[in-house]
Amino acid sequence: MRLFRHELKSELLLYVRSRELAFFTFLFPIILFVLLGSSYGNDRIKSEGNVRGANFLEAGMIGYGAISIAFAGLAIVLVLRRESGVLKRLRATPLPAPAYIVALLSSFLAAFAVEVLAIVVLGRLLFSIGAPDRIGSLVLILLLGAVSFAGLGIGLTALIRSAVRWIAAALPLTYFLRIVRGVMLHGHEIWMYPGSLAMIAAWGVLGVVLAIRGFRWEPVEAG
Amino acid sequence: MSAISVRGLRKSYGALEAVRGVDFEVQVGEVFGLLGPNGAGKTTTVEILEGYRKRDAGEVEVLGVDPARAGGAWRDRIGVVLQSSAMYQTLSVTEHLRLFAGYYSKPRPVDEVVELVGLGQKRDELVRRLSGGQRRRLDLGLALVGDPELIFLDEPTTGFDPHARRQAWETLRSLRSLGKTIVLTTHYLDEADRLCDRVAVLREGEIVAAGPPSQLSATLPATEIRYRENGREVVLETDAPTRVLNELTAKALAENRELEGLVVTRPTLEDVYLQLTGGEIDEEVG
Repeated sequence: MRLFRHELKSELLLYVRSRELAFFTFLFPIILFVLLGSSYGNDRIKSEGNVRGANFLEAGMIGYGAISIAFAGLAIVLVLRRESGVLKRLRATPLPAPAYIVALLSSFLAAFAVEVLAIVVLGRLLFSIGAPDRIGSLVLILLLGAVSFAGLGIGLTALIRSAVRWIAAALPLTYFLRIVRGVMLHGHEIWMYPGSLAMIAAWGVLGVVLAIRGFRWEPVEAG
Repeated sequence: MSAISVRGLRKSYGALEAVRGVDFEVQVGEVFGLLGPNGAGKTTTVEILEGYRKRDAGEVEVLGVDPARAGGAWRDRIGVVLQSSAMYQTLSVTEHLRLFAGYYSKPRPVDEVVELVGLGQKRDELVRRLSGGQRRRLDLGLALVGDPELIFLDEPTTGFDPHARRQAWETLRSLRSLGKTIVLTTHYLDEADRLCDRVAVLREGEIVAAGPPSQLSATLPATEIRYRENGREVVLETDAPTRVLNELTAKALAENRELEGLVVTRPTLEDVYLQLTGGEIDEEVG
């Protein structure tokens, strides 16, 4: 039990320190929620009983967060640690494997809990979504889902032989989707969306500028 | 009292017999070296002792326990430096040591370990900003932070510059004076010569020689005397170096001549090693 508590504290510290993990698995669902919520928050979704887009998104992004953190994040961390030899080194210590696995899992569940809280609070502040009614059921299904994804994630690591590659994020997604939808569904032409076009172009320019300014041949903090 | 006892140890990987019938004992408080070229079975042997690998045959006891069946209480008493460093890049030196200290029942104070491995100046530096040699020293610190009775070191100074190597030697000597038992593998014969009470030379999975380094080098009798005369190098091998040297220098003095580049060498562990392993010294670094 002492070892479990120690490992849990350590894993939480490691989670907070890992910036790549924090961005891709933790922040990304929140960013998507805010971006998509700003675009579609007030639309009504007929197939879901005319629920508001923001409410619908909130549920969806919490689901996405569960997969992103508990499944992808955990699998990536375990594979990286195994392939870099960290797990082998840990095995020489008195830390028992069950304490390690449960502590690692718990740290990711804690991250997911913070994520859910952040999405609910942001939903309330930005899109006026009420607090969920059935708290008990919600907590139970989120816990069950997250543990199940995490189990699957750990299982998946048995299949992945080497490090996982990241897929780059596309922030101007909202504007892009708006035009794509307009062109495909409503027969619009591209120039009917000057504002969105400007935003996509601005993101593109920003990206290129950042890419040129920030390009490095070598690892950022080596040596 | 023996800390480690190995009898008839065997291990194969498929058709390759990595270790074929190895016997040795390591006494408590002893520094024991396993020497040999790459592929001789050093790491396989050590990893069996550390509990990483299962053996095919033979008997192994480490601190009175069979490592293949050992648990947390046993790991609490051993420290390990693996052949390659592996650690969390995002933690600082002291955070890393504190993390590992928490795994053990009677850890050494982290500050003491930081000083012991000479990382005082880098104590708050993130691991990813450390040099290779500094990481290796942190590795050693992680092995020591649990205050183990027995320490395994798999090529602990590979990749060190000469200064860092000497520092590591000092650390290991101070551990030995604390009564720790140390098992190390190394490519460096001077390292074994200076640190080890006894060594075993492995070749193709078998021990071809064992004993204190000085005793092993005594199996080669000749002392070598070299000097240059008229631009030609002269090499004399002798069992009576005092007499030969006296005659040489007396003659040179009488002729008012300098013996240029005069060198007298005793056979080293390196010579024994070369003779036993039939050839090249591994110059591999990394």
